Amino acid sequence: MTMKSDPSQPVIAAEHLTVTVGPGGNKLVDDASFSIRPGSMLALVGESGSGKTMAARAVLGLLPTPLIAAPGSSIRFRHTELVGIAPPALRKIRGAHIGMVFQEPMVSLNPSMTIGRQMAEGLKLHHRRLSRGEIRERCLTMLKRVSIPNPVHCLDAYPHEFSGGMRQRIMLASVMLLKPDLLIADEPTTALDTLVQRDVLDLMVELTQENGTAVLLISHDLGMVSHYARDVAVMLKGRIVEQGRSYEVLSSPQHDYTQRLVDALPRRSAGGLRSARTIKPLVELCDVVIDYAGRPRLFGRTEAKRAVDGVDLTIGEGETLALVGGSGSGKTTLGRATVGLITPTSGSIAFRGGQIMTWRGRAARLQREEMQIIFQDPYSSLDPRQRIGDIVGEPLRLDTTMDGKARDARVREVLDEVGLSQDFLRRLPHQLSGGQRQRVAIARAIARRPAFVVADEPVSALDMTVQKQILKLIRDLQDRYGFACLFVSHDLGAVEQVADRVAVMQNGKIVEVGSRDDIFDRPQHDYTKRLLNAAMLLDRTFEGAAVATAQL
Amino acid sequence: MGRFLLGRLLQAVPTLIIVSAAIFFAMRLIPGDPASVMLGDLATPEQVEALRREMGLSGSLPSQYLTWLGHIFSGDFGKSISSGEHVLPLMLDRFAVSATIVVTAVVFAALIAVPAGMFAAWKQGSFADYGTVALSTLLLSIPSFWLGLMILLVFGMWLEWFPVIGYVSLGENFRQGVLFIFMPVLTLIMVELGPIVRMARASTIEVSRLEYITHARAKGLSESEVMWRHAFRNAFAPTWTLIGLILGGLLGGIAITETVFTIPGLGRLLVEAIYARDYPVVQGCILFISVIYVIVNLIVDMLYPLFDPKIAQ
Amino acid sequence: MTRLLPRLARGRANLVIGGSLVLLLALLAIFGPMLAPYDPLKLNLRAVLKAPSASHLFGADEFGRDVLSRLIYGARTTGWIALATVAIAVTLGLLFGIVAGFLRGWTDRILMILNDSLLAFPGLLLALFIMAISGASREALILALSVAYMPAVVRVARASVLSVREREYIEASRVMGNSELVTMVRHVLPNCMAPITVLATTMFGWVILSESALSFLGLGVPPPAPSWGNMLASGRPFITQAPYLLILPGLCISLTLLGINMLGDALRDWLDPKMQA
Repeated sequence: MTMKSDPSQPVIAAEHLTVTVGPGGNKLVDDASFSIRPGSMLALVGESGSGKTMAARAVLGLLPTPLIAAPGSSIRFRHTELVGIAPPALRKIRGAHIGMVFQEPMVSLNPSMTIGRQMAEGLKLHHRRLSRGEIRERCLTMLKRVSIPNPVHCLDAYPHEFSGGMRQRIMLASVMLLKPDLLIADEPTTALDTLVQRDVLDLMVELTQENGTAVLLISHDLGMVSHYARDVAVMLKGRIVEQGRSYEVLSSPQHDYTQRLVDALPRRSAGGLRSARTIKPLVELCDVVIDYAGRPRLFGRTEAKRAVDGVDLTIGEGETLALVGGSGSGKTTLGRATVGLITPTSGSIAFRGGQIMTWRGRAARLQREEMQIIFQDPYSSLDPRQRIGDIVGEPLRLDTTMDGKARDARVREVLDEVGLSQDFLRRLPHQLSGGQRQRVAIARAIARRPAFVVADEPVSALDMTVQKQILKLIRDLQDRYGFACLFVSHDLGAVEQVADRVAVMQNGKIVEVGSRDDIFDRPQHDYTKRLLNAAMLLDRTFEGAAVATAQL
Repeated sequence: MGRFLLGRLLQAVPTLIIVSAAIFFAMRLIPGDPASVMLGDLATPEQVEALRREMGLSGSLPSQYLTWLGHIFSGDFGKSISSGEHVLPLMLDRFAVSATIVVTAVVFAALIAVPAGMFAAWKQGSFADYGTVALSTLLLSIPSFWLGLMILLVFGMWLEWFPVIGYVSLGENFRQGVLFIFMPVLTLIMVELGPIVRMARASTIEVSRLEYITHARAKGLSESEVMWRHAFRNAFAPTWTLIGLILGGLLGGIAITETVFTIPGLGRLLVEAIYARDYPVVQGCILFISVIYVIVNLIVDMLYPLFDPKIAQ
Repeated sequence: MTRLLPRLARGRANLVIGGSLVLLLALLAIFGPMLAPYDPLKLNLRAVLKAPSASHLFGADEFGRDVLSRLIYGARTTGWIALATVAIAVTLGLLFGIVAGFLRGWTDRILMILNDSLLAFPGLLLALFIMAISGASREALILALSVAYMPAVVRVARASVLSVREREYIEASRVMGNSELVTMVRHVLPNCMAPITVLATTMFGWVILSESALSFLGLGVPPPAPSWGNMLASGRPFITQAPYLLILPGLCISLTLLGINMLGDALRDWLDPKMQA
């Protein structure tokens, strides 16, 4: 802690940083240079596989085994060269001068060690003269600072007793306890619920500004970056393609790829609201209640959980109704119930006036022709052992009026509609990218020309630019075939692009329903306002970036 | 925590009931009247009748089972046909011998194998790692009885370092006792090294890929601190379960090692009783070993929360 | 790259060495009668305990029977018993495990209580017990080993059904309108086979080990039929005079197990990329 910040000198400066798989192998980071001045924030932005995480890990020498920083790379922390530094010297810098916060709060704390011991570990290591009492005192103060309820109990608790957001606060607390000069935050809020994301980020900014800590923020989320970071570097395939003040980069992107990223930011789709026309109800939910039975215990069961609590909702033919809410709001459960995967405890779900049947029985199967579902995770929604042609053709096999030839023709037609070439017919799911898989899942869903499709978070596992394409695809297909869609999502950005109407769900209840523009521009319910407020994606004016600059 | 322990304890009850019932009813599958089968061909009708009464062989099968279970609970496992001794004290005597060998072997095997496996995982991809893996695969492929015979041949017959026949208990004469159990213990250690090394290595590798290990490194801890403080405890849980299974499994198969080294343990008692058709002893030994196996696994499970605090909730 | 190469080499080594050992033994077992120089049961008083020589390559046993011929026929005995046991244990185990995992509820609970009770016996002890009741014979041995090893298959099959049925492609299949049976046969079963294949391979080794252990105790394959285990048992009194009687059958068992274990590792690496180390 002896070297104190000289504001003109960068805390960290990477020059010609190249990360390869073994000596002379593939380049994951290719000739990247960036620097951060004391107390300021740089955001490394890129999609999955862009090398942003590896560039950050290289700073702390935490590259996973086959990866190395290639000769010629340089990372200077103040006056110390970190590439090729001796391990003991590096360990003195890790934690004490450069701290790191990880993406997955569920796996980045040791499950078998109490929070107190994990927090104390860094202090013990880097401040050897502190007594046990002083260490405990500092940990308690810090936990209070990050608003952990009951900090005394927290010291003796294990990580699994806390939610993801709380763990991320604890993580921040234990890193900031050492007042590092640089904080590396690797997608620190990606795994968290939208409402929590903003709180954790605000907390991170406050803590780092209090201590004059510089931040290297890794993110895929341009919307968020525009809000918090003064400087941004955009990465594509290991290279930094553009860097500068974030408001400049975002408002007048120079590089083609940055332009595409900016375009992928949610924009309200043009075009008339289909629900403005008089709509004919297709799916009607009336006072639907869904309970999850408690888990069987030694004596009796644990308490039953009410996931959906008296929902009335109507989805009209050809319209897209978005169902939004935080995790645990019951939106996914409700979505699955509308296609008969879950039987409601009480209430009714009607399709074209007839009751929805659960999956057993022949009559229920007939109803299925008209209903389909697209799942969130394209990695588990396709049978890994089926070829793409078989996956798309499977629903058609139930149609007795179609012979093999007709089926084959339809499969080709549908693949073409979702923008996949005929080469894909013989491939297996694992040979496809996430976006391609989701296209296959969509092809499977629309193969029988259904009247109603439930899309359960269909884009949240995908990269931003891919998200944009998939959302556009869904909307185009809807225009062509006129199926209704229940679009379940926590992501208001995606919702804004596809929805005609929006229903907001909280604790199993619908708190507000309205047309998209009403909900987004004139929210009534408090919860809706909070959700909108938390969705920083919508900040297209880049005011946030200006704020971040002003703070310096 | 208390709830977890109680729950696990109660889970063992139906298992024990079914195990005992299975043994009881399986003995009835032997053709012929159980009493005369138990007494053998030379018994007089009076003896058979007396045993029938003693065994509670009148009434329905379920009531017979309950009578039998009552006897077991009061410690009455019946008498051996060949020696006339009570079965329970006979078994306890022999069990002490088997337990000494098995427990010693498992403790030493774990002490060697767990660090070896973890070290191999730590140095993953190095020659030390490949060497350890290759050696453990090799050891895994050698049957215990053959390894025992080879050890007997080399150390007992050719080098004459250890006595090849007989047994003295450790309590009687420690130095002599050690000489007698050395070869069987060595055999069992070598046999069990393979699976424990592999399990310790695999679970350490799995844990060391998790993010909290990187987090620990990012704090500035040294490699050995990271492994010792963060990886070890989390990687040990599955290995611990395996060690419990091995301990019980060795007891189940102890007859083999005891046969190789002619040691008067419980396994030897069982096998000889099978040869002699001494059914009360067979029945007693099978029941006794199964119950011990269930209890060992129970204790292992109950200690599991020490390594994984999540389980206790 | 430097790290990748040894991994690849190790994967190959497992497959090549393990595969060729197993293939060799399989060929030996299949074509044994054509290869064996003598009748494995034929006594020859002039050759009693004869050390390895040109006429008896691996020597002769206490009855003057040719050891090489007995080893070759022993491979047949062992191979046949292991094949039958694994086939029975896997078929029944798969059936019970999948039924329990797919139907859930009471069927599952009752099957699992019964299965756990079988698992409450150490495997070898259970086999010993069945042999004690039924007396030593090949058929009893196959039955005993099948009962002892089936519970492990039930466990693995049920666990993989439970994990596969949570996948979204199973739900997709239902929404599509497929019946339960179609969903089961088309989507659940094929995706459960990887762990079962690995288990079946490893089990082959366990069965061979248990079979020879029981035969060694005199409770397996009854003499005079040759099995590697009972050859060890009958050679035991001659440990000083004719150590080759003990060394050779044990070596055969070890090489077989080594081959199977290596093949099992190769299979696991290939089927389960997560376990790749």
